[in-house]
Amino acid sequence: MNRNQYDNDISTWSPQGRIYQVEYALEAVKQGSAAVGLRSKTHAILLALKRSSGELASYQNKLIRIDDHLGIAIAGLTSDARVLSNFMRTEAMKSKIMYNRPLPVYRIVSAIGDKSQVNTQNYGRRPYGVGLLVIGVDETGPHLYETSPSGNFLEYYAISIGGRSQSAKTYLEHNYESFADADVDELIVHGLRALHATLQQDKELNTLNCSIGIVGQGQKFEMIQDVDLQRYLDMLGPQGTGDQAAASQGEAPMDTE
Amino acid sequence: MDHFPNYWGMPPQESFDRYNIFQDKTKNNAISDPTTNTKQPIVTGTSVIAFKYKDASFGSLARYREVERLYPVGEYTVLASSGDFSDFQYVKHTLDKIMTKEYYTNDGHILGTPHIYEYLSQVMYHRRSKLNPLWNAFVVGGYHNGEGYLGYVNLLGTTFQASTITTGIGMYMASPLLRKAVEGHEDTLTEAEAVDLVEQVMRVLYYRDSQSINRYQRAKITAQGVEISPLLSAPTDWSIGKDLRGYQ
Amino acid sequence: MSSIGTGYDLSVSTYSPDGRVFQVEYAVKAVDNSGTAIGLRVKDGVVFAVEKLIQSKLLVPGSNRRIQTVDTHIGVATAGLLADGRHIINRARDEAENYRDTYRSPIPGKAIADRVGQYVQAYTLYSSARPFGSSTIIGTVDEEGPQLFMVEPSGVYWGKQVAKTEIEKLKLSEMTALDAVREATRIIYTVHDDAKDKEFELELSWVTVDNKRHQFVPTEIALEAERIAKETLNADMDDD
Repeated sequence: MNRNQYDNDISTWSPQGRIYQVEYALEAVKQGSAAVGLRSKTHAILLALKRSSGELASYQNKLIRIDDHLGIAIAGLTSDARVLSNFMRTEAMKSKIMYNRPLPVYRIVSAIGDKSQVNTQNYGRRPYGVGLLVIGVDETGPHLYETSPSGNFLEYYAISIGGRSQSAKTYLEHNYESFADADVDELIVHGLRALHATLQQDKELNTLNCSIGIVGQGQKFEMIQDVDLQRYLDMLGPQGTGDQAAASQGEAPMDTE
Repeated sequence: MDHFPNYWGMPPQESFDRYNIFQDKTKNNAISDPTTNTKQPIVTGTSVIAFKYKDASFGSLARYREVERLYPVGEYTVLASSGDFSDFQYVKHTLDKIMTKEYYTNDGHILGTPHIYEYLSQVMYHRRSKLNPLWNAFVVGGYHNGEGYLGYVNLLGTTFQASTITTGIGMYMASPLLRKAVEGHEDTLTEAEAVDLVEQVMRVLYYRDSQSINRYQRAKITAQGVEISPLLSAPTDWSIGKDLRGYQ
Repeated sequence: MSSIGTGYDLSVSTYSPDGRVFQVEYAVKAVDNSGTAIGLRVKDGVVFAVEKLIQSKLLVPGSNRRIQTVDTHIGVATAGLLADGRHIINRARDEAENYRDTYRSPIPGKAIADRVGQYVQAYTLYSSARPFGSSTIIGTVDEEGPQLFMVEPSGVYWGKQVAKTEIEKLKLSEMTALDAVREATRIIYTVHDDAKDKEFELELSWVTVDNKRHQFVPTEIALEAERIAKETLNADMDDD
């Protein structure tokens, strides 16, 4: 591993105008398993790949409900994610109590960004080691955001974070134009395909290693896990190698049923 | 000149209370005295009346000339106040600040009337729970999601919503008149009828409310936004005075 | 002398023997790496234009703004690290609110620039924090008319380099805000290097003397300005 004199702490700029400690924190996100988010005109969904540390251990949760209209998927340090999700829940609660209004999605995401930025500027701290996908519905419709340890946050039509997420992104870039008018089932199948693309050759999606989160206009945030997943895995059809997803692009998702 | 009212009419200090039997009320003893907050309003305004008609409407009677107690908050909401005027000014500033935040956040969300009302209610209840109330009765009126909205909150943090709301002495004098004219007719009452009703009620209040002068303002809130009238006066006829019996 | 490897460039609280603070200079590099931001002060307002580089086609157009509003009458455009820019903007918002609490009136341009400048400068003093990797252009219309300021990571004021030569050609005091929108658009299109840079989105906003509110330029006007800019650019190329 390369070492240089500028990567020891967060409060040092490199001569090129980079902050290495922040860039290393971004790597922590890639250590986590993949999460995918997609959005149509009416719904936003999350899909995540769960890992288990061994035969005797359960699968680590990747989705967290924040409020009726808000949920997140995490990639990276789970304990940091819990700090952020507690913060989000508190903010969502505050909005309800103070204004009787569900918290607008942009505001919670920007609050996380501002909170994360502080940890990239002061000595003795470290940036959060977690990236979030945030989905939510508010008066302006469904939204999907990515937040990162650098304090940046961006709104997407579809995006993926975590380990091997580039393969999922490639799938999404090929197909995102059809997401706007897709119904929930179609959206989920697209999401599963993207998620499948992040798998290693010999792995398959099953009811244990993945979970889905949905929120929509008139539909509260809801998680689909375990046996309930079977219906969607059936829609996905037989799972080939990771390349299958890319090969089937352009095909109408419902055709696989 | 002795500026401390407590000493007025008392014997000169040297000969009075040499053993400190009476507490000196001009000095605040932080250890033994209880903390005191506002115990009465100082500069006040009198009644506010409000009711829904096909759109939504308001009126408020003045105690002072040209002191306005109707205040627009955002595009579709009006705050009306009776009670302490400086507390009202404080609340206006607080609400302006949250509306500024809404503006610069620029995410397509602006607090509507019910949200502003909720916020104000929380502030009022919070202050009364600290035994330091804002000495007002507020009416928040507006137009939200295609409907008129009226809410009341006072210094005790008491809240309610109704199609007619009154404050101050108007609670006793104007409520029956308004209820009779408005309740059950909210969807049919026209603007002209509403304006007449405001005028009629303001006249009755001015006749009876000894704290008032003949000035009032009217606010109208519709889907088109807020319209606040200049100062108006209800036509009154004092020649009827000679016919009144039972008063000296 | 070269900075790298001397050990004098590791902390913002260390001077080099020739009296420079390299950490501040490095922070400015982060600004240079980002898209151009322009502020123009003309006779009836201030205009902002930002070249927002688009990293992915999955991003929602029109979101993730780099121009933000402070209070209601101030616009702030940032260049450099986005998150650092937001930090500065939040501070500016706090300062504007604080001014209103104290004086019950909107903060003047000079006051907000001064307060933000002082805040940014404080981050160049201590080894416990790094300087901001963001330059901000602050513009407003106050009682004395349109005002425009720029705060650099060091806390001083400067004009943005690439676009600077272009801006110097303009007779700003005679222009209207509408003219300025067109000129700013043209400049952004001129400095945008098609070969090197990725796709970009143009952000345009203004504060005019009419309503003294910072607002995004209406879509029709923005589109028209972009159309003119593209035409001018093509005409220039034909000349070559």
